Amino acid sequence: MTETMAFVVDMLVHATPLLITGLAVAIAFRAGVWNIGADGQFIAGATAAAWVGVSAPPEIGWLALIIALIAGVLAGAIWAALAAWLRSRFGVLEVISTIMLNFVATYGASFLVRGPLQEPTHVYPQTAGIVDGAHMPILVAGTRLHWGFVIALVLAVVAWWVMKYSATGFRVRASGVNPFAARSAGLIDVSRVTAVAFVVSGAIAGMAGAIEVSGVTFALYENISPGYGYTAIAVALLAGLNTLGVIGTGILFGALETAAGAMQRNIGIPSTTASVIEAIVILVVIAIAQLRANRVTGTA
Amino acid sequence: MSDVALELASITKRFGGLTALDGASLQARRGTVHALLGENGAGKTTLMRIAFGMLRPDSGSIIVDGRNRSFASPNDAISAGIGMVHQHFTLVPAMTVAENIALGGRGRFRPAQVRDAILALSERTGLAVDPSARIEDLPTGAQQRVEILKALSRDAKILILDEPTAVLTPTESRELLQRARELVRNGGTAILITHKLRDALEFADDITVLRRGSTVWTGGAAEATEEALVAAMLGGERVNAEMEPAGRTTTDRSTTVLSLENVCVRDVNGVERLRSVSLAVHAGEIVGIAGVEGNGQHELLRVLAGRMHISSGEVRIPTVVGFIPEDRHRDALIQDFSLRDNVALLGAGTRRGVVSWTAIASQTRELIRDYDVRASDELTSVRTLSGGNQQKLVVGREIEGSQTALVAENPSRGLDVQATAAVHARILAARDAGMAVVIYSSDLDEVLALAERIVAVHAGNVTEPPREYEAIGRAMLGLPVT
Repeated sequence: MTETMAFVVDMLVHATPLLITGLAVAIAFRAGVWNIGADGQFIAGATAAAWVGVSAPPEIGWLALIIALIAGVLAGAIWAALAAWLRSRFGVLEVISTIMLNFVATYGASFLVRGPLQEPTHVYPQTAGIVDGAHMPILVAGTRLHWGFVIALVLAVVAWWVMKYSATGFRVRASGVNPFAARSAGLIDVSRVTAVAFVVSGAIAGMAGAIEVSGVTFALYENISPGYGYTAIAVALLAGLNTLGVIGTGILFGALETAAGAMQRNIGIPSTTASVIEAIVILVVIAIAQLRANRVTGTA
Repeated sequence: MSDVALELASITKRFGGLTALDGASLQARRGTVHALLGENGAGKTTLMRIAFGMLRPDSGSIIVDGRNRSFASPNDAISAGIGMVHQHFTLVPAMTVAENIALGGRGRFRPAQVRDAILALSERTGLAVDPSARIEDLPTGAQQRVEILKALSRDAKILILDEPTAVLTPTESRELLQRARELVRNGGTAILITHKLRDALEFADDITVLRRGSTVWTGGAAEATEEALVAAMLGGERVNAEMEPAGRTTTDRSTTVLSLENVCVRDVNGVERLRSVSLAVHAGEIVGIAGVEGNGQHELLRVLAGRMHISSGEVRIPTVVGFIPEDRHRDALIQDFSLRDNVALLGAGTRRGVVSWTAIASQTRELIRDYDVRASDELTSVRTLSGGNQQKLVVGREIEGSQTALVAENPSRGLDVQATAAVHARILAARDAGMAVVIYSSDLDEVLALAERIVAVHAGNVTEPPREYEAIGRAMLGLPVT
């Protein structure tokens, strides 16, 4: 395998969790829900999938993978539902609650891999390896590229279609852009629509976690997410919250992180350079968007 | 001319491609009330914002007491002796009258001193306020008095009042304008921005009329006639100033479309907004709601339109009631969506499956054609449309979407004469087609022009006074109609 090929594979493997959590964030933001908690939902999903993967009996085969993915989706959904419930019941801002729940998830997972779910030798802060049946099949033989990437692409296209063509997607968009008009002119139950979008967003982030465990790590580690859920915000914003665009920006950020690792290994440029570039990209995008907005209102 | 307190000479102001003011001029004499007349969008407020330092003119000069001035901010205008009372008040609701008046002043805040100053000023001007009352507890009229006192406490010699009567009852309006006359007796100057001819003719000494950003008429109120002013404001396009009352169809009241029985509405704080309201609106009639802001008409309209839950009582309305809310930017349209997507809002709450975009697009094209919406196509963003065209889209969508009942709240707010006429024509046509229509406007003339029945709302109670100015005014204040 050529070096370029290896890089592309690495890039797509890195891009997969960013792409899926980016979708989760884009959907929530479209609905006007500021879900900053994709990271927590990702970890919840990863934890649930790892738990299924570790405890599934080997004889059920590939069913273990299906159950692990479903468990990940449910865990992510529940994690988001907590914040959605806090928002609708007590008016807690989701920006605050989701960030807090990120910490709960991070340290909760930390506790589990040092306690109840720790590998049998009780040496490393991680779970045992998941059963073979729970492994995500490999997409390109001889590489690490797994079917999770294809799932990500399919999800992006489906999300795009739903947003654009379905009645539900229209309700989500309308509620997100102008909840007052959605309610008054569209007679849309805005709080319900946004709560559902919030939970779906969490479910997708949870699936990202499950795919990461079944496709890449094969176990639950401490710090399984190096902040995917936060980078996801950049991925989603850079794509203009368009879920097809998220494919591009997800791969871009995957490439940046892969390249950062390679640069550090080969020529000693600190990998944090990639974070600097990411931040600059985001600032430029925000500046351009603002300039454009100013031009629109200036002529109005 | 030393008796000119404020002169604005050949002011031009552009916003991007739009020329808001095109060489507009105005001369306000000391000791007079000067009315600035014009239709919505004629540039009245822009001109006054320039005089108050909120906007800088592209060209032209501002002359105060014979001296050429250039204002970088309202602070400069205030120190030049200019005060402005905005249409939307700029008071802090949670703070007291005294605190609001002291806000923005210099030095230490000494409550007792401010209080005494307010009371003295209040006595001198006849504008009664309680310095220790909180703004949020005060009715609109009192809040306005606070705004005026605030300006006067900064030694304003020239007071600009932006549509001061828009939020007041007829009686309150007369009282306010009377006060304005008294204020200028000692050498002050008041500039009254208004679109009400009668107010200008009755209370102003001089009148300036703006149309499309230019001064088209100026002179003493004594020489002005209503006809001359209307002609100046509208420029050729003649519209009846005195709109005929609309009791012109013989309404068949056999079919009740909207009906409320003993409806009560409490707001989130438990305050009763509607008290046991009963009302029936029949097919083919227009019922006009008259009431001063905050007396329950907001809630009444939303209950009739099926947009608000009630606390008790019974509501019988069709499944779909067309609703034209007063704040179309917030409640009726999504600015960044296309015309087509805004039409798709109709029934969005209950739509299932896939949106049939082609059908909605052709429906939108029909609305654009039938309701004369000036837009290049149905995929244009609504933001690019003028206010009048946006409103025509809303009116069309709501009328076509319901076909049985329509509730309209200030449907001509912010529209020019032609757009207003178009909206009115649509509403009348909807009635003629058998729809039950309820209309509220803060301009009583508009209600009278359209509605055959008038319902007055005061403190959550409704009454049905006869169709007479005086009687309606009394009913709006909760007084017995004699």
